[in-house]
Amino acid sequence: MDALVNKRIKQVLKGDQQAYSDIVSLYQQQVYHVCYRMLNNRHEAEDIAQEAFIRAYTNLHTFDLKRKFSTWLFRIATNLCIDRIRKKKPDYYLDAEIAGTDGLDMYSQIASTNRLPDEEVERMELQERIQYEISCLPEKYRVVIILKYMEELPLQEISDILNMPLGTVKTRIHRGREALRKQLGNL
Amino acid sequence: MSTCPEHIVQYMHEYLDGDISREHEQELKAYMRDCKDCQQHMQELTSTIAFVKSAAVIEVPPNFVEQVMQKLPKRRMRTGVQSWLRRHPFFVAAALFCIFMSASLFSGYKNDQEFSFTKQPNLQVEGQTVIVPEGETVKGDIVVKNGDIIVKGAVEGDITVINGKYMASTANVTGQIDEVDEVFEWLWYKIKSSAKNAWSFIEKNE
Repeated sequence: MDALVNKRIKQVLKGDQQAYSDIVSLYQQQVYHVCYRMLNNRHEAEDIAQEAFIRAYTNLHTFDLKRKFSTWLFRIATNLCIDRIRKKKPDYYLDAEIAGTDGLDMYSQIASTNRLPDEEVERMELQERIQYEISCLPEKYRVVIILKYMEELPLQEISDILNMPLGTVKTRIHRGREALRKQLGNL
Repeated sequence: MSTCPEHIVQYMHEYLDGDISREHEQELKAYMRDCKDCQQHMQELTSTIAFVKSAAVIEVPPNFVEQVMQKLPKRRMRTGVQSWLRRHPFFVAAALFCIFMSASLFSGYKNDQEFSFTKQPNLQVEGQTVIVPEGETVKGDIVVKNGDIIVKGAVEGDITVINGKYMASTANVTGQIDEVDEVFEWLWYKIKSSAKNAWSFIEKNE
């Protein structure tokens, strides 16, 4: 698969923009999923995931073909997510007062209250609960837990994506697990 | 729960990461056999992992690829030549310089096709041949373009012949004699002489 990706990258670098669509369709699911889990909002996730692919495209000439493309792409995406989270924080309370901005959340609430079989509702609740618990984690633990347990990436790859030593990644996963354990224990 | 020793909890995490050493694993198992709290801690950790792992995949919105493709900057990397030129501005500048320089030089070459020579007293001209007569002495440099020169007398200076021949029998020339035939030699001569001119100009100003 890496050989195919590298072939497409070379085509894009030669000026064949259309070859990039193969790269996007190959990684869209993973990138979007990470963004959604990080940001806890579908619209923002779509925004940031698109931004990640556009950034990767405009900086493609800086990508080292000997490295793994997905690692590079995930690094761009997670950095964008963390930037977005940090930018959002100070505005949080101000935003809460504006009716228009929590419209998005309201909309997703309404969509999920359509009556479904009990089984389905139970499953929905679990999924909501998972997303809620994940979003309660500090972002430095959140990102490692998502990459490790939702994307199921090896520790070494997580360390490459986040550009931090393997030991730091392990420590953060340990603390993330403990934080989650405590959150779940309280309920 | 806080009664569990820190190093045991650390071993639990090593175990969960799958990189626990054999000694640590034995110690962990031995400890957990007797410690209810540790068993519960471990149980909670494993169910926490199972909980996170049970997260469903959130489907990417439809038309995601199309939207990204539409938003890509259009002008970048449109053609290979353009991007190459943009990435190598120095080469572009150098190439342009060469083109303009050679154009001016070659046009100069074409205009110089007529027979001409440096006016000096006591020079004879027969058709397209300049003659320094026997017994005469020319003081100064002589440049002949598109013609020959025959030196029978003496010249106190340099002789340069462009597109012609230098012929001498009993010549007495104190300076250098240059014959320039080919285009490139002519170019070289032109460059040398313009450099000389520039140099003498600088010297004069001083």
